[in-house]
Amino acid sequence: MAPDNRSFIALKKFLKKPVDGMKTIRVAIVADSASQFIHQALKGFGISEGIHYDIFEADYNQIDLQVFDPGSELYESKPDYVIILRSSEKLLKKFFSLSNEEKAQFAANQIAYAQNLYQQINSQLKTRVIFNSFPELNDGVFGNFSTKTPSSFLYQLRKINMGLMDLAQASKNLFLIDLAALVAQKGYSQLTDAKMYISADMVFSIDILPDLAEQIHKVIQAIAGSFKKCLILDLDNTTWGGIIGDDGMEGIQIGDLGLGKAFTDLQLWAKELKKRGIIIAVCSKNTESIAKEPFISHPDMKLRLEDIAVFVANWETKVDNIRHIQSILNIGFDSMVFLDDNPFEREMVKQHIPDITVPDLPEDPAEYMPYLRTLNLFETASFTEEDEQRTKQYQEEANRNILQKSFANEEEFLASLGMECEVKPFDNFTIPRIAQLSQRSNQFNLRTVRYTEEDIKRIAQSPDHLTLSFSLKDIYGDYGLIAFVILEKKENNTLFVDSWIMSCRVLKRGMEVFTLQNILQLAQEAGFKLVAGEYLPTKKNELVKEHYPKLGFNTTSENNYSLEVDAYPNDKKVYIKRK
Amino acid sequence: MEQQQIMEQLNKIFVDVLDNEDIKLTEATTANDVEEWDSLYHIQLVVAIEKYFKVKFTASEIQSWKNVGDMANAVKSKLAA
Repeated sequence: MAPDNRSFIALKKFLKKPVDGMKTIRVAIVADSASQFIHQALKGFGISEGIHYDIFEADYNQIDLQVFDPGSELYESKPDYVIILRSSEKLLKKFFSLSNEEKAQFAANQIAYAQNLYQQINSQLKTRVIFNSFPELNDGVFGNFSTKTPSSFLYQLRKINMGLMDLAQASKNLFLIDLAALVAQKGYSQLTDAKMYISADMVFSIDILPDLAEQIHKVIQAIAGSFKKCLILDLDNTTWGGIIGDDGMEGIQIGDLGLGKAFTDLQLWAKELKKRGIIIAVCSKNTESIAKEPFISHPDMKLRLEDIAVFVANWETKVDNIRHIQSILNIGFDSMVFLDDNPFEREMVKQHIPDITVPDLPEDPAEYMPYLRTLNLFETASFTEEDEQRTKQYQEEANRNILQKSFANEEEFLASLGMECEVKPFDNFTIPRIAQLSQRSNQFNLRTVRYTEEDIKRIAQSPDHLTLSFSLKDIYGDYGLIAFVILEKKENNTLFVDSWIMSCRVLKRGMEVFTLQNILQLAQEAGFKLVAGEYLPTKKNELVKEHYPKLGFNTTSENNYSLEVDAYPNDKKVYIKRK
Repeated sequence: MEQQQIMEQLNKIFVDVLDNEDIKLTEATTANDVEEWDSLYHIQLVVAIEKYFKVKFTASEIQSWKNVGDMANAVKSKLAA
């Protein structure tokens, strides 16, 4: 069951739980107001989700001191993430001290200051920086006319928020917690407690702390590669109103019929998520042909069959069917969200698949979307064009799965696929996708070292490294870039496999052997005698525990392996042609 | 609500917020008598008391309290108002 992390008191109880075995993330919090509660809230929220935030908290109101002094405690603490929290209240104070001319320049100066903060941190630390947008605070000086007055606070504050977004968009390692959006949802009176602000200089009320901690946690988790990838939809009374088996095509509620608008809104949202790269799957207790009918021919349906990567409608349990969907998609249960109107089905799924996220949909379908919007289920830290192609790729995968069953043996099947692979060193076209794979791959990832785009660029040009990227296609479609390796030149003619990452979509295609062959060829050309590899276990990469031994490497010590370039028998048949 | 009922409820809130089952409040109890009760916890206590009794205190009221008895009196007068 989901842990109770919805109140500050509940969060504080988590602080007493042992954190052994949890993934540790080092975070620094520097704020312009008292931040003790945020510290406790984030730490507690992390533990409730199985993450140990090791937090350095700067003393009160020390942003400039910590950031601009290269010898500060902030830099000594060597955090993975630096969170700079600033409040509209303090911003207003600064604003009031300015002349009218300065006021009109306030936003420009603030953006320059923010950029300065970011660059300063970035020059000292290899780290991600997180700022917040400023909640709208109406200072009551110009009233509605502030919208026409450049020297008013609201006018400048909105410019600052826009400017921060532009800055974040242009800066790879800068991310924003959208506090303004959170406050727009919760209300300014929820955000602050005037009494706490006046007597303790705390700008965040106790009640907003869990929400704030959750947003910080989600942004960090998304950057660290843990986010939702798939939305599984129930059909009757979730995707449309009514029961297709009883009410028939004409009777289900979508569009203008009955409560149809609520379901149309949900479908439009799902469709938008699909365009963003979220995989949409259907899991319904229905007869498949009847369940599919509205997707094919109902004029008001927004979701169509081509939007659904995996469509499962039968009379098995939802638990079995979700497991089936998971096996086709090959992604973790913790990256899936399941929507179902039926509390019984939800409970059953939660109990049997604890890692999956199952929102408790409100009883009234009219409340579905307002509720779902508050959950921020699909936080992400990147968006590329490939994301939009994902559904198609998984549909192709489902087709391959069907096809695979009809071949006498695997070899025959693999040969029939006509696989072609482009192999080349990292270049400007492939670097963004490689960085993305480095950030998000969990399962087929030997050492789980996360690299940013900047890191990958550096490695691509480094004389101490050799790199290979692999893009695969077959007769059913183009997988795009699905694997890469980073090889580090070591002493004694040894090449060390620093990273070996592959998308799980191409498992069981012989890609591993093909990749090894290319590594060995490269090693030979560059005059290396030995290839060394290491497996660093994580909670999620059990899949590749035996990777090196299976490929014929010798074990040198626990989780360390090596292979002599000349001694490789090259006896495994591969059905991938190098382009 | 009677003073004694309010005291009992305050005791429950203190136990919950300070996460200490051993707390036994009297009207004379001050922050010095309860180990965890510092300025940070004080804010949390006030917010929890406000929430439970559905009352709001002013910043100056909070600063004027000398002991738990003052807190209970403040709650009582707010509830009576």
